[in-house]
Amino acid sequence: MTTPAVGIRGVTKRFGDVVAVDNIDLDITDGEFFSLLGPSGCGKTTTLRMIAGLEYPTEGSITIHGEEMGLRPPNKRPVNTVFQSYALFPHMTVAGNVAFGLQMQKISEDETNRRVGEAIDLVRLSGMENRRPGMLSGGQQQRVALARALVNRPEVLLLDEPLGALDLKLRQAMQLELKEIQREVGITFVYVTHDQEEALTMSDRIAVMNDGQLLQVAPSEEIYERPNTRFVAEFIGETNLITGTVSEPGVVKLEDGSLVRARTHSAAGTAVTLNLRPEKIDLHNTEETIPEHFNKLSGTISRRLYFGDSLFYEVNFGHTIVDAREENRPGRQRFEEGAPIVAAFHPDSAQALTE
Amino acid sequence: MTAKADGPVTAELEARAEKAESRRGLFLALPSYIYLLFLFALPLVIIGVYSFASRSRTGMPKLEAWNLDSITKLFTDDLVRSIFARSLIVAVLTTTFCLLVGYPFAYYIATRSEKMRNLLLVFVMIPFWTNFLVRTYAWRVLLGEDGLITELGRFLNLWDSMLFTLPAVYIGLIYGFLPFMVLPLYAAIERLDWSLIEAARDLYASGWEAFRKVTLPLTKQGIIAGSILVFIPSLGAYVTPDILGGAKTTLIGNYVVNQFLTARNWPLGSSVSMAIMVVMLIATIWYFRSGAKTL
Amino acid sequence: MTARQSTTLTRRLDRFLTGHAWLVYLFFYLPILVLIVFSFNESRFFTWEALSLRWYRQMFANDNLMAALWVSLQVATISTIVSTVLGTAAALALERYKRWLGKRTFDALLYLPVIIPDVTMAAMLLVFFTSLGQQLSITTIVLSHIAFNISFVSIVVRARLANLDPSLEEAAADLYAGRWQAFRKVTLPLIMPGVLGGALLALTLSLDDVVITQFVKGPDTLPTFVFGLIKRGVTPEINAVSTLMLTASVVLVLSSLALQRKK
Repeated sequence: MTTPAVGIRGVTKRFGDVVAVDNIDLDITDGEFFSLLGPSGCGKTTTLRMIAGLEYPTEGSITIHGEEMGLRPPNKRPVNTVFQSYALFPHMTVAGNVAFGLQMQKISEDETNRRVGEAIDLVRLSGMENRRPGMLSGGQQQRVALARALVNRPEVLLLDEPLGALDLKLRQAMQLELKEIQREVGITFVYVTHDQEEALTMSDRIAVMNDGQLLQVAPSEEIYERPNTRFVAEFIGETNLITGTVSEPGVVKLEDGSLVRARTHSAAGTAVTLNLRPEKIDLHNTEETIPEHFNKLSGTISRRLYFGDSLFYEVNFGHTIVDAREENRPGRQRFEEGAPIVAAFHPDSAQALTE
Repeated sequence: MTAKADGPVTAELEARAEKAESRRGLFLALPSYIYLLFLFALPLVIIGVYSFASRSRTGMPKLEAWNLDSITKLFTDDLVRSIFARSLIVAVLTTTFCLLVGYPFAYYIATRSEKMRNLLLVFVMIPFWTNFLVRTYAWRVLLGEDGLITELGRFLNLWDSMLFTLPAVYIGLIYGFLPFMVLPLYAAIERLDWSLIEAARDLYASGWEAFRKVTLPLTKQGIIAGSILVFIPSLGAYVTPDILGGAKTTLIGNYVVNQFLTARNWPLGSSVSMAIMVVMLIATIWYFRSGAKTL
Repeated sequence: MTARQSTTLTRRLDRFLTGHAWLVYLFFYLPILVLIVFSFNESRFFTWEALSLRWYRQMFANDNLMAALWVSLQVATISTIVSTVLGTAAALALERYKRWLGKRTFDALLYLPVIIPDVTMAAMLLVFFTSLGQQLSITTIVLSHIAFNISFVSIVVRARLANLDPSLEEAAADLYAGRWQAFRKVTLPLIMPGVLGGALLALTLSLDDVVITQFVKGPDTLPTFVFGLIKRGVTPEINAVSTLMLTASVVLVLSSLALQRKK
């Protein structure tokens, strides 16, 4: 295996009595778009700041392309940061901000000018070079922050919730643009966010954190389709968690005694939680229309919500209530509240979790 | 940086880095720290010690024959007691007057449009920064024998020259310290969320009730801050009573100056100035207790 | 009427507040204006005679007064420079460094000179200098002025620092600036209005102080000299000096307000 862009070994960060990051190990591959995802206070920002050198670990090792960072100050690390508040220098122009890092590195004026021009082109801010940050919109400030970091050609670019302050439309546009820029420059991006949708859209791989610990590190699709814990399943997207017991390999017995086939490797007798996403459930009037190998459960619609692009049903199975989502497409049957239905789902869609 | 800086971090190394950082903080503060220890804390201790010293024939304190005379005099000497009492009354009344005049004034400024607010505020800032001695002197001119205010009083047949009387001292003190009251009051009223008053009115409060139950409690910080800022200098006032007051209006500030520069009783002067400071400290601690973070 | 007025004030109350405010402004400015007007009066008495610069000429010809002015300028300049440097460093230490030995004590010590009454501080310093056997001189005045000015400067600079996003300094470090470069290129330019504002406050306080200077002075400063004159009685010459001092004050306020605008 090649040397990781960022290697984290046994890193712990304590603030007084509070453990912000608890003995984590993590490798971030060269050139990937990597996200640290978790609720606020989970330690993701602290992890990022430790890579940047803005915070030192209490113990542990952080390497950048194999080189130990130890207690090196931020100005001696080959990484750059895009700050949550952008942290643009208000007393300098856009060009002044972008040139700052190069000037500090004593790079020749000619090269500085050339690279600043390129960076400003890259983020499509040509013509704004002489404006002050205060005169720019949020989205433009965000681009300046990005150019200011990228112009230094860092080995790793660290981004701390850079889109948090933007409104939804702009955020979505910037997500695509960021991803494109990352492909273009080929630099490793480490991206901190609490927005799971954002993480799923942009990342090659995601690390889900909670309480200072890494719960799961995997490609986006795997995080969504095969979460390894109840926390990850619930944090990423919407889901139903149904308790039961493994009765034989591949079969889970629910609380009311009904049996469903599910993805599980646990031995018989293990208490598990089934993770079943609302969109994986199909609702039918009768069993007859359901393919043979699907799981079938009978229940009644207890509530229906109209979401525009989809319809959202609460289905009462007696022992539990499950959410189901059906796309709003022509010809799709709608169910009234109180209607008896049969819910169907593929065995692969139900995943048994033990943690 | 040590050679180990580029190795993995251990708890010991991190602690060392944190110590280096904290040394930098101390290093920055050190010059002023030392300065204030020598030119503030030490003098404070010395004056405290002098309160227990005895007076030599030349007036200088003798650092022997320690006694409580200067302290007990604060409580037993009729002159000291009456001056102290008068000063407290003057300080309290000055503060009250400033509050009564300053609150509606600050309220007026805070309820103008933003442009107007800033302009009006500039005209409060000017007297706030203007030379205090000059401002006090101006009243000596106005209240003097042929001063404008005196002429007005004679014309109305209401008063004659007030110079060298207690009213003159009050006028001077209020004039001097009113800006100290207005600025924190303004800051508090300006910060007010006006929809709260609308909410109170919506919930059937009359204008006066809304003011008493919402505005007043929410601007309490400003009232206390302004009161402290007026009370402390009024209690220690020296220039104003010296220029505008007379022999019968001696305040505690004048008394201290007298003990040091004229009567040459330093132990007594020391104990009296310590007493002023104690009153001031009590007022300040009470202020911080009431939930304020800064002055 | 603005929104905040219409909902909160009745018209009658507003009229009362307006009238009250104008009276307060009159109270603030009438004495000062009278002083200025009479400083240009030919007569020695408070009856208008003719426009004249007589008292200003007399003032500039008064050697003692000019000497006092010179002492004041020296004291104010030196004490402002020293206290601005020390006070700014103290503000940085308190706002930008989390923990260090004696931080809390220092914080309290820094506040005391602001809240202590002038006479107490004056007495303290006099007693201190004499017990050291220090001859009272211009040096003792400067030392005393620095002692109270450090606190005022640090309060003003701290307010500015507290409003400065700390990630700006982190960004500078992240962009390869060393400690000193980050301070020079980012922190200092951004807190400059606060530093200059603190310096102006120090300058004003130094030029205003009577009580403390009175105790520790060798030579007279302008305020103590004028104070001495005032105690002897009102003269048009004092009006002229006062007008001069007022002008200096107003110039200082306006510059400090201009600095505050620069956000």
